[in-house]
Amino acid sequence: MAMDTLPHAAGIIGAVVPRIDGPLKTTGTARYAVDHNFPGLVHAVAVQSTVGSGSIRTLDTAAAEKMPGVLLVLHHGNMKGAYRLFPHQDDATISEARPPFEDEKIYYWGQFVALVVAETLEQAGAAASAVRVEYDAQAPDVRTDLSAGFTGTRQSSWKRGDPDQALTTAPVVVDETYATPVETHNPMEMHGTVAVWEGDHLTLYESSQGVVNHRIVMAEVLGVPRENVRVISRFIGSGFGGKLFPWPQSTLAAVAARNLNRPVKLSVDRRMMFSNVGHRPHTQQRIRLGAAPDGKLTAIRHDFFTETSMLDDFVEHCGEQTPFLYSCPNLEVTTGMVRRNVGAPAPMRGPGAVPGLFALESAMDELAIKLKMDPLELRLKNDAERDEGTNRPFSSRHLKECYLTGAEKIGWKQRTPEPGSMRRDGKYIGWGLAGASWAAARIPCTATVELCPNGRICVRCATQDIGTGTYTIFAQVMQAKTGVPLDRIDVFLGDTSLPDGPTSGGSMVTSAVLPAATSAANEAVTRLLNIATLTAGSPFAGAKADTLTVSHARIHAKDQPASSGIAFEEVIRMANLSGITAAGKTIPSWEDPKARDFSMHSFGAHFAEVEWEPEIARIRVSRIFSIFDCGRIINKGAGANQILGAAVMGVGMALFEDTVHDPRTGQPINGSFADYLVTTCADLPALDVTFLDYPDLLVNEYGARGIGEIGMAGVAPAITSAVYHATGIRVRELPIRIEDLLQSKILEV
Amino acid sequence: MQTFNYVKAPNIDKALTGLGSGKFIAGGTTLVDLMKLDVERPSTLVDINVLALDKIEKLPDGGLRIGALVRNSDLAWNADVQKSYAVLSQALLSGASPQLRNMATTGGNLMQRTRCAYFREPSAGTPGGYGCNKRTPGTGCAAMDGFNRTHAILGTSEHCIATHPSDMCVAMAALEAVIHVEGPKGKRTIAFADFHKLPGDTPHIENALEPGELITFVDLPKPVEGARSVYLKLRDRASYEFALASAAVVAKVEGGHIRYVRVALGGVGTKPWRSHEAEATLNGKPAHAAAFRAAAEAALATAKPRSDNAFKVELAKRCLTRTLKLATA
Repeated sequence: MAMDTLPHAAGIIGAVVPRIDGPLKTTGTARYAVDHNFPGLVHAVAVQSTVGSGSIRTLDTAAAEKMPGVLLVLHHGNMKGAYRLFPHQDDATISEARPPFEDEKIYYWGQFVALVVAETLEQAGAAASAVRVEYDAQAPDVRTDLSAGFTGTRQSSWKRGDPDQALTTAPVVVDETYATPVETHNPMEMHGTVAVWEGDHLTLYESSQGVVNHRIVMAEVLGVPRENVRVISRFIGSGFGGKLFPWPQSTLAAVAARNLNRPVKLSVDRRMMFSNVGHRPHTQQRIRLGAAPDGKLTAIRHDFFTETSMLDDFVEHCGEQTPFLYSCPNLEVTTGMVRRNVGAPAPMRGPGAVPGLFALESAMDELAIKLKMDPLELRLKNDAERDEGTNRPFSSRHLKECYLTGAEKIGWKQRTPEPGSMRRDGKYIGWGLAGASWAAARIPCTATVELCPNGRICVRCATQDIGTGTYTIFAQVMQAKTGVPLDRIDVFLGDTSLPDGPTSGGSMVTSAVLPAATSAANEAVTRLLNIATLTAGSPFAGAKADTLTVSHARIHAKDQPASSGIAFEEVIRMANLSGITAAGKTIPSWEDPKARDFSMHSFGAHFAEVEWEPEIARIRVSRIFSIFDCGRIINKGAGANQILGAAVMGVGMALFEDTVHDPRTGQPINGSFADYLVTTCADLPALDVTFLDYPDLLVNEYGARGIGEIGMAGVAPAITSAVYHATGIRVRELPIRIEDLLQSKILEV
Repeated sequence: MQTFNYVKAPNIDKALTGLGSGKFIAGGTTLVDLMKLDVERPSTLVDINVLALDKIEKLPDGGLRIGALVRNSDLAWNADVQKSYAVLSQALLSGASPQLRNMATTGGNLMQRTRCAYFREPSAGTPGGYGCNKRTPGTGCAAMDGFNRTHAILGTSEHCIATHPSDMCVAMAALEAVIHVEGPKGKRTIAFADFHKLPGDTPHIENALEPGELITFVDLPKPVEGARSVYLKLRDRASYEFALASAAVVAKVEGGHIRYVRVALGGVGTKPWRSHEAEATLNGKPAHAAAFRAAAEAALATAKPRSDNAFKVELAKRCLTRTLKLATA
């Protein structure tokens, strides 16, 4: 670990701090969106399209409407009061711009075509299955070959030099195409909405990664003033990006509740998770690398297709890291967006970077093999000292140290390059590595800090904690600034009635909330000290405020121990105040003259080991070493948790996850947890996380960057490279399957 | 899910008379799941959980009697099973999850239905839904030209390629278990090999039970002296996944030669797949790699893969080869 040279950091910053909301979750007392119940609440169940393209010919609700308890059946024939958001011409973002039931058209399998509301969930479910829908069906286009029938224009970006010319003259060239499948977000908590109208005011209980954005969207979609909408997401069973922007179920619940003037609860079930609420889209990426015989890169071309839905224009930006990860004079990235009959894709942990780096880092491994060069050496040789994409210096980049640390940990020197050349305990082993990167920025945030007369501190911000530890980070800052222990700090998040906070996305929350929280805390403390000097009866009356400080929750002279002073709340009581409140805000990095001239990114490297048993075609990931340069880690427990969890998800990406659409209907045919495989505990390798912990002080005063996404980048290519090393099989289309491995020529043990 | 009646049967007689057109429910791990999907729509559920069928007892002839209500966990961890029928314990523990094994019963596992995704679609076999001859005879088979990576390659027909999903049944096929049933016409026994039916042109008929019959016990024959037994399950991930290929082997080696062998395969058949072909190849042969591979070739000789499951042929061969090696080591 790097030396801590920060003047401000009290011990709590950078420590392993158990999440302050942990007991609420482990005891089941934390209430999630659909845990909320109200008098008169009724239940809605959505009906899904059973065709992947076409239109509704007839929709017969007669039988359903007569069933017990049924209150309302909504569909395109009677839907009113839901409006569009115009994409990119709005403050807010919605996942699917077409309001549900806008017309009779079907764009993807599973699209909501009707909503049944009844007194009980069972009644609503029974009636939903009694809604008869006939379709004029067309053959859906869910082809997995994204180049098939592509007629659009490719968008070029990041072009520098002349990559085509450089490729024709390069002594060594790699030209391969890599593909990643549709991966489905599967947070433990599924999407759900409880909509409650009181007059013309709406409260939505949601599982949202961005309550502020959600509020703006729903105000516009429902045509009501923004101030009339309140969105509450106090606890979230994670989202992985799928809950960044509202989905149709939120609109449907709100419209149904408005029609009935009763609270409505609507859940998205696990099966619907695969069709209606986003996914990481298919990508197909051609990578061309040119290199000199000594391994120096001369050209990079990254030309990719990304699948998107019929109506929206989500793009998986696979080329984002390509311009700056390596030093290379000639480079171009091009994007082709391909429409398919699928629901709208959505950002999923490390969008762009995760599939993009699978392709780029796989190609780098293949280049190393062609060059007969160690893949680690190839990385070090081409390391970029400055961001050649934006032509700016990096605020802080220690990728080389990540590689060298990882190499030391796994014992890379012992690696013999030939596939199938390393064995242990009767199995072949393979080692692979890959780099990772993710952008850092400081996005706007506001927060208030209140010093209370009961000796507690309240912090308020309308960001939310999606399970990553945001509650705890606020509390850590308060303790660092005042010495008030964590159990006397109350953090209020996940409610639009609080000061506006950022969406939990892009690994930007920690870096965004720290300046707002620290500036609010500093200002509150300044006011407290001023009041201490101005309040009659205070032991500090008449003193100069700048000679005072707060530590151990006590006001005292800077040159005296805390025990010499008084508890901070005593001053508040002496002055007869209800509390001392101060607001803080975060100036975004793009408005910060010091920060905006720098390229701000986190970096990291994964070293993966696989075990190969050819007799039974079994591959297992046995070890992953993850070394990360993410600025200063505020909570090393929650921080390591992010990287570990991301590595586990990366194992799933490499080996298991693949949403398969039936070509005839467009249905995700493996839409269940038995059929869509994610990593189980039994699949877990030994995981080892190291943080370099170099503060990036251009981001905030503690030097913290976000870490939610980056841990997943680089896992899959490290594993496929290790698989090649063990089996001689190069898998360019994820996931790695037994089908691929059965082709291995490395057989006898 | 459809509305249904629920009755608790206090004894076997009441269970049999109260059934009508309903279904027995024990652990419910398959039945309730399929009811939620509208695949199963029983008018009545007769709960048999209180029947006195939850014991594991030694039989006078040295065999073992397993009550139909013995939970998978209890059976897997039973000392006699672990000692004398290791293949059964291993098979049970390779299946499902601890939570499911704590609920699932021996009789229920015999009745486990396929995981074919098309069969499990609520609307399969109805107009506008996927064709499924198992759900509604004559509607076709959507899996045949659909996503069939996990489907069967042995015992298939032009009407159905659904895989039998059970691990327990594969072990029981190799152990030559005998199933005891009781019904309106009295008690009878069914040899394990005769219990599950090939799909043929009647894939909706999955077993030999007559209407109203209740599984009461499963008897395991006396353990073969000197034999070893092994279950090996291959799948994409390490846990909580149905077999892509599995093998159950009971084998006895004397003087380096195979003197007794029973072979069954899972994950590849439309029923728990006893391979007499493999056994015939192995009988009397030296216990070494060439014989194992020859047996595997014989076992898969009639395999009929579809577009996505051709890999299962080689995978099953490797699975059986390795299992034979382990069982004869």
